[in-house]
Amino acid sequence: MTVNGKAVSGSVEPRTLLVHFLREDLLLTGTHVGCESGYCGACTIHLDGVPTKSCMVLAAQADGCDVTTIEGLAKNGDLHPVQEGFWERHGLQCGFCTPGMIMSAAGILAENGSPTEAEIRHGLEGNLCRCTGYHNIVRAVEYAAAKMRGEEPAPPEWETDLV
Amino acid sequence: MSTTTSALGGVIRRKEDPALIRGRGRYVDDIKRTGELAAAFVRSPFANARINSIDVSAATAMAGVHAVYTIDDVRHLGPLIAQVPVGKLRPLLADGAVKHVGEAVAMVVADNRYIAQDAVDAIFVDYEPLEAVVDLKDAASDRVKVHDDLDSNVLLAWVGHEWWADVIAVEDPRPKIEEAKQRDDAVIVELEMVNQRLIPVAIEPRSVVASWNEGYERFEVYSSSQIPHALGGAIAKTFGLASNAVHVRAPEVGGGFGCKLNVYPDEILVCFASMRLHRPVRFTETRRESAVSTIQGRGWVATATLTGTPDGRILGYELRALTDMGAYSQNFTVAIPLLGLWVSAGQYDIPAYFEAKCVVTNTQTTDAYRGAGRPEALYYIERMIDAYAREIGMDPAEVRRKNYWKNDQFPAVNNTGLAIDSGDYETNLDKLLEMADYEGLKRMQAEARAEGRYIGIGLSTYLEICGFGPSVLSEIGFGWNNYGLPSSFSGSGLVRVNPDGSATVIIGTGPSGQGHETTWAQIASSVLGITTDKIRVSHGDTAESPMGVGTFGSRSAAVDGTATYEAAVKVRDKAAEIAAHLMEAAPEDIRFADGGAHVVGTPGRVVTWEEIADVAYRPHRGPDGLDAGLEAHAVFSPGNATWPFGSHIAVVEVDPETGNVEFLRYIGIDDCGNVINPMIVDGQVHGGIAQGVGQALFEEAIYDDAGNLLSGSLIDYPIPTAGDLPSFELGRTVTPTDVNPMGVKGIGEAGTIGSAQTIVNAVVDALAPLGVKHIDMPLRPRKVWQAIQDARG
Ligand code: FES
Ligand code: FES
Repeated sequence: MTVNGKAVSGSVEPRTLLVHFLREDLLLTGTHVGCESGYCGACTIHLDGVPTKSCMVLAAQADGCDVTTIEGLAKNGDLHPVQEGFWERHGLQCGFCTPGMIMSAAGILAENGSPTEAEIRHGLEGNLCRCTGYHNIVRAVEYAAAKMRGEEPAPPEWETDLV
Repeated sequence: MSTTTSALGGVIRRKEDPALIRGRGRYVDDIKRTGELAAAFVRSPFANARINSIDVSAATAMAGVHAVYTIDDVRHLGPLIAQVPVGKLRPLLADGAVKHVGEAVAMVVADNRYIAQDAVDAIFVDYEPLEAVVDLKDAASDRVKVHDDLDSNVLLAWVGHEWWADVIAVEDPRPKIEEAKQRDDAVIVELEMVNQRLIPVAIEPRSVVASWNEGYERFEVYSSSQIPHALGGAIAKTFGLASNAVHVRAPEVGGGFGCKLNVYPDEILVCFASMRLHRPVRFTETRRESAVSTIQGRGWVATATLTGTPDGRILGYELRALTDMGAYSQNFTVAIPLLGLWVSAGQYDIPAYFEAKCVVTNTQTTDAYRGAGRPEALYYIERMIDAYAREIGMDPAEVRRKNYWKNDQFPAVNNTGLAIDSGDYETNLDKLLEMADYEGLKRMQAEARAEGRYIGIGLSTYLEICGFGPSVLSEIGFGWNNYGLPSSFSGSGLVRVNPDGSATVIIGTGPSGQGHETTWAQIASSVLGITTDKIRVSHGDTAESPMGVGTFGSRSAAVDGTATYEAAVKVRDKAAEIAAHLMEAAPEDIRFADGGAHVVGTPGRVVTWEEIADVAYRPHRGPDGLDAGLEAHAVFSPGNATWPFGSHIAVVEVDPETGNVEFLRYIGIDDCGNVINPMIVDGQVHGGIAQGVGQALFEEAIYDDAGNLLSGSLIDYPIPTAGDLPSFELGRTVTPTDVNPMGVKGIGEAGTIGSAQTIVNAVVDALAPLGVKHIDMPLRPRKVWQAIQDARG
């Protein structure tokens, strides 16, 4: 398979999950495991361009596929607008859900460049965050959407910005 | 001496984030050790059973299995150490009996987790099931005893005026309350309410890897812990080592909320296995396992009674609670209701009686979950104030206002004998009512009601206690004394300016998303004038920080933050001497800003931190008698706790056909004193509210009568998703504390403490036209629908 633009190969036991292959064989530990049962979304990657929970896919099933993980999202060192949005709008606290959340959000914006708040919230329902209450995650995605449309994002909600 | 610039009170983007958004953050499970083995546990399927035998032979014989351990291998290590050892301590592995579903019975260590799990499945345990007791009232009756060697399932009762009778004399409020009840015009409202058990669900499951090096006689441990120093102490004490022979690091921790504020048997057992096998050993819990191997929270059943006058003056409040400890006592277990006791009367100057019996049951241990005792206590008082307001037909905001502590009463000694440091409750409430347009909301509600819609406005206030002090509380267990680390809950801050003029700040906290690297850089920057990008903050490392209490109880900024502030001041004062020497000025005239020192009134002359550091580390260039180096450590022991507060409003609409609750608005005004980084503070409130919403609407750890946990997966235990929540409207008032020099209080738990009752008040308000008086949480659609049906008869 291709992972983050590079051809990779390996031999695994048939029962090896894709997420374990990524983390343990390829050392791409940015893809996290929160439940191994398809509910939390921490393991979300792009499989042939589609956000996919990598704990629900066997490594062998992904043979020949194109995989992008959080490590491969920034291009030439430039953050993806969603990554930038999460930083600029405090879309993360502990950061554990964040890689999966960012991959899902990037998927939403690839489909719909001007999502409403309700559409963003609905689109992220497969990704659980226990820290942020999602408020700033929504702001982060709105920021990224504006950036990707070439618009100036709405200013942050806080008053005293030092930077 | 003072600084000319301040990084306090402004937003800088988090220093944590560049790694985390790129997938380069390092959590415990991302840190592989050479040659590491994987541990897995056999867990009990019974809530109460004798163990007749354990047959490990098939598992031991499997290829790739290195060891299988049972209690016989580890009994000599004693039970798991608890900070408050009241009740039955947990054996490291089940010792002849199991007392809850999920209790660890045997441990397998194998080449990898797949093999370890196969071996777990090959172990045969012969159990003899016994009757379990789960219901709190049933357990409190001692009809079935959980542990034969305890006198009663009721371990102790915390009573409001007696909790520390030898030191704090408080009048028994009951005679006054009884007298009030006898008044002709007394209005008495009573409700029995459940504050249900919750599962913390940090998205990162707990993970620990330990490695023993026989040559160095040292443990190296990485654990997803909020309290790495306490863990290090527990390991050292268990194995008879000095504390510096155990190096514990908590790297990135993926959410804690109290569930990582504990020492767990698996953390001790991987150390044991590593010592035996001379290999690193890792344990990472699965999600389903986490539900039974990690502590749970809440679990109260209480009767609340409020006595007042027809015009809104509260004359007495009583809370009698049974609180669920689970089967074994761990870190703080029995102390959690005490935290509730301290804030049991909320923001109100009222006679209040509080009693919480700590009851053991055949369930997983409970301990601190975000808010820890305080959300429960505030839930009860604030639900009762609403019920009373409804009874007397008065606006709930006005009832609250009428009973508040007034500004000139602070420090206000409350019903527990503790002094609330500061408060300005009316200003806070007024700001909320204005921001919410309370009168407009009430009009909107009246119009909606006329159209047959069920819209509710829920109001609640809260009082919190955090940043625990004074240090004398360590005499009743508030410290890490049992882990072999004599300490109160003091803060630790070590500030070092390095030879190149950059700075390192080492603190004793164990954050799990609270942004300490950013906030502490701001604190140090505000004192030293070194820009935050040149300040590196290290936390959660027992080899770096001489002491560390960890991160919990919304304590870090007020306590470790202050220690850092004080250490930075010491460094600044020393640097001022050097700068004064270099600029031939008096140290009193030196000011620090913009990366260097200058003389007051002469802004053109600057010596940089590089130049100052150069002298500090090459003292022959400095003034005579210079004490070389540029480092200081401070320990801060607060004279009092801090007492944040706030007021929240939820506006909801209930669909009478489905029972579904939808948020129209959620508004919160919190007061945590001075604010270091408003972005981070608001983020803490957002997340806190979300967990309160989770309790109010969705979450419940459900045990059946036999003690099986029926809600162990994320499907049965739904935490809020993005689609379940509204955007929050937040504001703040600022009432600084004088307990610490920065005037900061604490914000980590505020949102949770303020929100669950706000939402229940809103739903009950929505259904008030039907006569619904109370629905127990979680207010899932079916329950709300049923309440509507019952009310309609
Ligand atoms: S780990 Fe894949 S969805 Fe949770
Ligand atoms: S930031 Fe911690 S789970 Fe989302």
